[in-house]
Amino acid sequence: MRYTSKQWILFLVIAIVLIVYPFALPSYYFTALLTQVLIFSIFTMALNLVAGYTGLASLGHSAFFGSGAYTAAILMKYVSQNMWLGLSMGILVGGILAAIFALICLRTPGVYFIFITLALGQLVWAVVFGWRSFTGGDDGMPGVGNPNIFSNLTLSGGTTYYYFALVFFIITFFIIHRIVTSPFGHVLVGIRENQTRIRHLGYNVWLYKFIAFIISGFLCGLAGAIWSYYNGFVSPRDASFELSAEALLIVILGGSGTLSGPIVGTIVVVLIKNIIAAYTERWLFVLGVTYILTILYARRGIVGAFGVRLKSWVG
Amino acid sequence: MKQDIKTVKVENLFKKFGGLQALWDVSFSVEKGERLVIIGPNGAGKTTLFNVITGEIPPTDGRVYLFGKDVTYLPPHRRTHLGMARTFQITNLFPNLTLHENILLAVVGVNHQRYKMHRPVTGCGDIIAKIEALINEWDLQEYKYTLVKNLSYGVQRQVEVIMALAGGSKLLLLDEPTSGLSPAETVAVTSMILHLDPEVTLLIIEHDMDVAFQLAHNMIVFHLGAVIAKGLVEEIKLNSKVKEIYLGEE
Repeated sequence: MRYTSKQWILFLVIAIVLIVYPFALPSYYFTALLTQVLIFSIFTMALNLVAGYTGLASLGHSAFFGSGAYTAAILMKYVSQNMWLGLSMGILVGGILAAIFALICLRTPGVYFIFITLALGQLVWAVVFGWRSFTGGDDGMPGVGNPNIFSNLTLSGGTTYYYFALVFFIITFFIIHRIVTSPFGHVLVGIRENQTRIRHLGYNVWLYKFIAFIISGFLCGLAGAIWSYYNGFVSPRDASFELSAEALLIVILGGSGTLSGPIVGTIVVVLIKNIIAAYTERWLFVLGVTYILTILYARRGIVGAFGVRLKSWVG
Repeated sequence: MKQDIKTVKVENLFKKFGGLQALWDVSFSVEKGERLVIIGPNGAGKTTLFNVITGEIPPTDGRVYLFGKDVTYLPPHRRTHLGMARTFQITNLFPNLTLHENILLAVVGVNHQRYKMHRPVTGCGDIIAKIEALINEWDLQEYKYTLVKNLSYGVQRQVEVIMALAGGSKLLLLDEPTSGLSPAETVAVTSMILHLDPEVTLLIIEHDMDVAFQLAHNMIVFHLGAVIAKGLVEEIKLNSKVKEIYLGEE
């Protein structure tokens, strides 16, 4: 794929902003905020692959995020301080869980699919909530601690962790970008658009959905693991229905089935949650109004509504 | 022995929907390069027959063979890989995607790179070349990046046929290719079908008798789920039973 010079400029500007960001702003608070955006963007981009591109609105994705988070936390607390072990196991557990979910829920169409993903997600939540001796139940698991990237580099400072999250954010963006521009990605969109037709063009629809689900699960597990190290704490909220629903709303708000939609959506929601919440207790009201306005006036999300103009500029 | 292999062979097909007999003991075969037109009144079971041959629904009883292989329980995508493609009675495309993307999906479906995910499709030279060739061959360059839902119905019907051809299929099942078209569009689509590679076998459901007689080598007449007549076009035209139940109504 060839990029135009304007696209390169846009990439470059974004890259520079992301790199100098922690130094340009006066307080760690903003660095922490953007770190949250980066981590949740990994999660919402992964969900977008399934919900936006393939058209499978899953309400159980927090299970993959949560299982990644708990796996990383439990390994760090009970087994080893080696972060790479927790990270890779978190990814793996997220993917395996997604495979199991997919085997069950991909048999059902439409609204039944949504219900089953919701039910399966709640099962995972029930496990982490109920298994008090192991997961801490609703108290969560504190004391996950600061991981070491290498023996001499500790991820304690906010800025260091920001760059750590940034690296994985870029990797995820690159993976999703590759997938959606590939033959495989085009087929996913075809499945979303017309399932009967695509089956007669020679595609094993089930297998495509299955693979998409597993990739999504891996990436959600990754996001969860990074999130648990970032907080030094995991709680059942990380595997809750609320988180699944919020992620799905973020994807719709930003623009489902677009590359940058989930990122834009995550930025908007994290900003509303943190900045507006500093001024008013009624920040949920602002969030609700934002969702309603999006559904009424920008059916294809923020990127769907404004992306065309940007696209025509960058060519 | 090789010559004995029929492109399509169905044996004693039955299909029941609850109490309704949609197909009743249907048997026939189609030779390579043959153009077989299936006619019959609405509800005679023609589309059901297509759905059973393409694997959309399983038969209650009987067998389906494609290119000499028993495919009765093979899923649709596996049949496509044997060299079969179909169009639908009601236009069934990807309306929110461009013409280019529609044809891309048809080309990739039988391409070995269809699971490739580490490389942009623009980097898959053979796929892009194939799409370009098809778009040029059928003179659709001006609509390349038009959303298919914005194309005229006549062009959409053509795109249906092109997509069926895109995979290099040796057998096409066309379900009422001219339904809903204006007289001029009907002529265009009919001539397009007439000019297809003579090696390609065609199974066509058609309501328009003029079109049916133009396209057919052989014909099968369906009535209430059963075959009531089959033979050359001339024989069918003279068949009194056919005249009575079908042509007589016109």
